[in-house]
Amino acid sequence: MSSHGIKDKVAIVGMGCTPFGEHWESSAADLLVDAAQDAFGSAGVPKSAVDAYWLGTLGSGFSGMTLSTALKTDFRPVTRVENFCASGSEAFRNACYAVASGAYDMVMAAGVEKLKDSGYSGLTRANPPHDGTASSLTAPARFSLLVPAYAEKYGVDRAEMKNVITRIAWKNHYNGARNERAAFRTEVPPGKIKASPRVAGDLGIFDCSGVSDGSAAAIIVRAEDAFKYTDKPLFVKALSFVAGSGRGALDPTYDYTTFDECVRSAADAYAQAGVTDPRREISMAEVHDCFTPTELVLMEDLGFSGRGQGWKDVLNGSFDLSGDLPVNPDGGLKSFGHPIGASGLRMLFECWLQLREQAPPERQIQVGGRGYGLTQNLGGVPGECVSFVSIVGPQPG
Amino acid sequence: MSISRGIVSYGAYIPYWRLRREAIGATLGWAGGAGQRSVASYDEDTTSMAVEAGRIALASAPPIEPNGMGSVLFATACPAYADKTNATAIAAALSLGPDVLAADLTGAVRSGCAALHAGLRGDSASLVLLSDLRTGRPGSAEERDGGDGAAALVLGSDAAGPLIADYLGGASASDEFLDRWRSPGEASSRVWEERFGEAVYIRLAMRALTGALQRAGLSADEVDHVVVAGLHTRAIRGLVKAAKLRRDQLTDDLAASVGNTGTAQPGIALASVLDVAAPSAVIALVVLADGADVFLFRTTGQLPVARAARPVAAQIAAGRDDLPYATFLTWRGYLEREPPRRPSPDRPAAPPAYRLARWKFGLTGSTCECGQRHLPPQRACVSCGLADHMHDEPLSGARATVATYTVDHLAFSMSPPVIAAVLDFDGGGRFACELTDVAAADVAVGHRVEMTFRRLYTADGVHNYFWKARPVTEEGLA
Repeated sequence: MSSHGIKDKVAIVGMGCTPFGEHWESSAADLLVDAAQDAFGSAGVPKSAVDAYWLGTLGSGFSGMTLSTALKTDFRPVTRVENFCASGSEAFRNACYAVASGAYDMVMAAGVEKLKDSGYSGLTRANPPHDGTASSLTAPARFSLLVPAYAEKYGVDRAEMKNVITRIAWKNHYNGARNERAAFRTEVPPGKIKASPRVAGDLGIFDCSGVSDGSAAAIIVRAEDAFKYTDKPLFVKALSFVAGSGRGALDPTYDYTTFDECVRSAADAYAQAGVTDPRREISMAEVHDCFTPTELVLMEDLGFSGRGQGWKDVLNGSFDLSGDLPVNPDGGLKSFGHPIGASGLRMLFECWLQLREQAPPERQIQVGGRGYGLTQNLGGVPGECVSFVSIVGPQPG
Repeated sequence: MSISRGIVSYGAYIPYWRLRREAIGATLGWAGGAGQRSVASYDEDTTSMAVEAGRIALASAPPIEPNGMGSVLFATACPAYADKTNATAIAAALSLGPDVLAADLTGAVRSGCAALHAGLRGDSASLVLLSDLRTGRPGSAEERDGGDGAAALVLGSDAAGPLIADYLGGASASDEFLDRWRSPGEASSRVWEERFGEAVYIRLAMRALTGALQRAGLSADEVDHVVVAGLHTRAIRGLVKAAKLRRDQLTDDLAASVGNTGTAQPGIALASVLDVAAPSAVIALVVLADGADVFLFRTTGQLPVARAARPVAAQIAAGRDDLPYATFLTWRGYLEREPPRRPSPDRPAAPPAYRLARWKFGLTGSTCECGQRHLPPQRACVSCGLADHMHDEPLSGARATVATYTVDHLAFSMSPPVIAAVLDFDGGGRFACELTDVAAADVAVGHRVEMTFRRLYTADGVHNYFWKARPVTEEGLA
């Protein structure tokens, strides 16, 4: 497989992100308008400057007209993409490629999801007609399988595992409490996290990301044009996307302690960006903490921790805001909820703030070295999923 | 010499759950109630129970040639579908077909006798399935005395395989009289004053029994085992007296341990006799249902080597008897409980269910030439990547080990929480599915399970049948 990447060929020059939460007064179209207006303002460009759009949404609208009729764009192409929970990242990836190809000068990647109108707990979606034999297990149940598998493989006792996933929830809520755009803005004591009612397996309510509405958008131009729009563009170093074959669901060799799709997309992204020691070369990461054990496993899949070591790094605070590699400094899915199409771009928005040192002081991290930020976005369930990894940085090279 | 016909193999299925009759009284505010009744779980119906009985019967039958089963005859007073044939799902689940007559005999309890007569008179081998789910209004005698279960008999000539019992002949008597009735759609049946039915039943049963014995050249004394089945227990007691049947000839009617399983009762009781009978024993099966039917059998030397792998007594012993009455009422639809705040499942679509019937009903996966197994069947191999190098892999009889499991409090279920496990099959292949007939606290990684055919849910009137896993109860069922 050859994956050449487009390192430093395109850059983000403006971003917008709505507050995430229960937007009873706003439709998906309203949220898109809010995020797009923010992004136009951030880049200092009028709507007419944008040549083409990519829109990620799982179910809040069909076709590119979801965006074009909301924004009233002037007969511009809009590509509506869906790739499970990584739909927003997928919109961003394809938008970057369009600029890199030379087809367009300036494009926008946007993501939106309006989940709260469904009235249900958790995610719901309409399936194609089916034979009725697919598993009815919910997402928390699927991801809960990680906990006993990890505990058994690495000899971590179940009470300690509960401490580890509780620490992840506590950390992300701590960060989210310092973020005005987060849906849940209070710190949650570990005792309350641990005692929350069980949803599936060892996962309590506080081990699960919430349900919310939101939208985010990015404006992308060729790297050489970036400084026309901002002093501080964010250069795209790597974009990797992997769709799994579903092997984990079919083959007994899969042991529920890793996402093969994430390992592969991380390796591809590191190769594109020239990263050889991710723990040291990455300044911050926004990862897909849909459920707390997902974040634990991702620390190892992304190479931040050795196999079987991630739980110790979590407990000793390595991934805290003040740790050596802050993970989900914005509060993650835990604090934002997970409006599917928006989440990938919301992760990128935190890189936009942090790497350009424009995050509020109470959560601004120390950006050292090359100042690389990583986003990891997952769609599907353990054993059969899609994974996206991007790396961005504030300077070329 | 005439070709002899009879029983090739048999199997009974008693569901896992029992309701103690005292639990009914404890809730409704009266004392007592002795014994227990069997209860089909929330994910079972007469079709799924018939499949379970059929699997047991086929496991001890000689290998049936492809398409060698002439007919699959399903009898029940409680069909899962009207208008649509239920036996087709059973035939599909048992992988019998397509050159088979799959047909239902439904409505009255006597439908079961019609199925037996048809199977004993036909040319080719028949699988006869008797299944019933007996209940009534809360507090009713039907609810208390009924039971749920199924029985299956492979019937045919000795060309279909060595017979375990020869059919010696029988007799029927019918009359039009009103004893028990129910309008279609009604939840419970009505009965006339029982002394009236008693008189008519005894007259008809004596006529059929005498006629059958006479034609077979037997006296009542020469019968080793008498099974008298029927919902009219007073008439049964009267017949025993009138026919001067001895206590040692009579078979336990399982009223105390299973309850009266209606259409299935003659089959389950016959199975319990075949579980223990010696060779050359004469068995009389007498059924009182809108008349009387008598079937006479003589067991053969084949019986001891071809008994069902799961005897009735063992299934009764393996059951779990602490089902709360409120749960029973919920399962039977008498207590409507608040569902989780999740969308109800959508109905299965007919064309995909048809295309994938070998998977959905038959649990047939695929194995690649490279050896990789796939559940559900795939065209492209997940291991070597080649497409269309697969062969069918029937897995309904395979066993598996729990690789990991979880308890899902959020998923829709008639009986939450859903317990689901990732299963690794003996011989290869992985599949995640629901567990049933088990408590969450009793599941562990490494536990052994076998597959069972269930009704997952019903949406828009479509019953979604598929397989779940349950703990292995007894080694030996292929």
